[in-house]
Amino acid sequence: MAINSGDTAWLLISSALVMLMTPGLAFFYGGMVRRKNLLSTIMMSFACLSLVGILWILYGYSLSFGPDRSGIIGGLEWIGLNGVGQDPSSIYATTVPHLAFMIYQAMFAIITVALFTGAVVERMKFSAILVFSALWLTLVYAPVAHWVWGSGGWLARLGVLDFAGGIVVHISAGVSAISLALLLGPRKGFREGTPMEPNNIPLVMLGAGLLWFGWFGFNAGSALTSGGLAANAFVTTNIAGGAAALTWMMLSWIYKRPSALGMATGAVVGLAAITPAAGFVTPLAAIPIGAIAAVLSYYLMLFRMKRGVDESLDVWACHGIGGTWGALAAGIFASTAVNSAGANGLLHGNPMQLLKQLLAVGIVWIFAFGMTWLLGKLVDKTIGLRVSETEETVGLDISQHGERAYGGLLR
Amino acid sequence: MKKIEAIIREEKLEAVRKALETESYLGMTVSEVCGRGREGGLALQWRAGEYRVEFLPKMKIEVVVLDEDLSRVLLAITTNARTGERGDGKIFVTSVEDAIRIRTGDSGVDAI
Repeated sequence: MAINSGDTAWLLISSALVMLMTPGLAFFYGGMVRRKNLLSTIMMSFACLSLVGILWILYGYSLSFGPDRSGIIGGLEWIGLNGVGQDPSSIYATTVPHLAFMIYQAMFAIITVALFTGAVVERMKFSAILVFSALWLTLVYAPVAHWVWGSGGWLARLGVLDFAGGIVVHISAGVSAISLALLLGPRKGFREGTPMEPNNIPLVMLGAGLLWFGWFGFNAGSALTSGGLAANAFVTTNIAGGAAALTWMMLSWIYKRPSALGMATGAVVGLAAITPAAGFVTPLAAIPIGAIAAVLSYYLMLFRMKRGVDESLDVWACHGIGGTWGALAAGIFASTAVNSAGANGLLHGNPMQLLKQLLAVGIVWIFAFGMTWLLGKLVDKTIGLRVSETEETVGLDISQHGERAYGGLLR
Repeated sequence: MKKIEAIIREEKLEAVRKALETESYLGMTVSEVCGRGREGGLALQWRAGEYRVEFLPKMKIEVVVLDEDLSRVLLAITTNARTGERGDGKIFVTSVEDAIRIRTGDSGVDAI
């Protein structure tokens, strides 16, 4: 098929938009930790941006999207981008250069790995982050991406809907986050009630803004064409983000005051929830999808805290739960009137779709949790997951990077 | 010579500075400090739920005065820093052995 310049331009721009989400995430997370761990938290995302980007072209793309092996994993035929060139692929995004589709997918892999780091901030060793990230990309992300999005992937063949990665990105990162946090244990002082005060909420708002902006590339780019479907996904994305941000703001207002941190969190939760559904549902359906996501996430975050689990930046409550609800919501609200390549959901007379979604969600929850636990154990037994107690007390900025976020006594 | 350390509300700094100026004390050292008194801490919002901050921001003014000015200066600070609510702060007074003006080498009361 011939290259379409409109589609190509849109996909390349979308790749750049999604790239910007990772620095956005770095600020979003960075603002929420204590001052002594700000740089180290930002570094976790930047390291993913560099490391995963390289691993992706070396073998990650081939494992995820390469020629199918029994529906489970992609073959190694495309390693080092062998055969992935300027001509379109015959399978994926057939109107753009194969390289454009490949780099678009690279940005998804990068941010997915960066996402789970929110669970382990302020205590996980930087070297362990690098090693664990490489293992996780290979043994969690690549298989799940292949199952759901790969040509011949077993969940794809079953007809599971995941427009832009509610399952592949948000569930796999969110569920892995809680698994790794349980393995790593809480931050020093967490259970004793030591205040863990966010060092800079404006940074969180900046990060949330960049994420929201980049999310248009994430969701509308996932149309892979530059037309009506991209516009639909763009609009549903904005609606769900707004609906969830407002809902979270109202929840915080009911209990105390309309919270800035709460509004930023709500926006991200709503954006995560619409991700799997953005190109399958109508704009109006995006309102309940966003609003319900915020309520679920809010109360599960409180539940997580009550249980004394230090999944520090709530990747599970935000992305795991947002992605889960969104994937199920796709099975409820999807309509072939929006996307003829999709399916009808429960409300359009097809309850089977909801069951398929439920199956995929369940499988990926179990796989991500279990595999992350195993990989985490492996890294712990070899190089160790955690910094020493002294390094943790001093802060990871100085102990891991020999730098600090803010200048010293002399101005 | 006496050193006055006055820990006051942030918003009272300007009023106290002016009052000290009226008493002819132009020089002082000011720091942002955190502390707590009987008012206790403050509950702030986390993404969901709250966390407590036990130390509240205050301003600390340090000024060294002549013995004979002490009671006037203390009165000026207390009247200008007071709201009558909990959290108005505290003043500590200590004796100072010597003082030196670095530029000239003047010492004792001449250095104040």
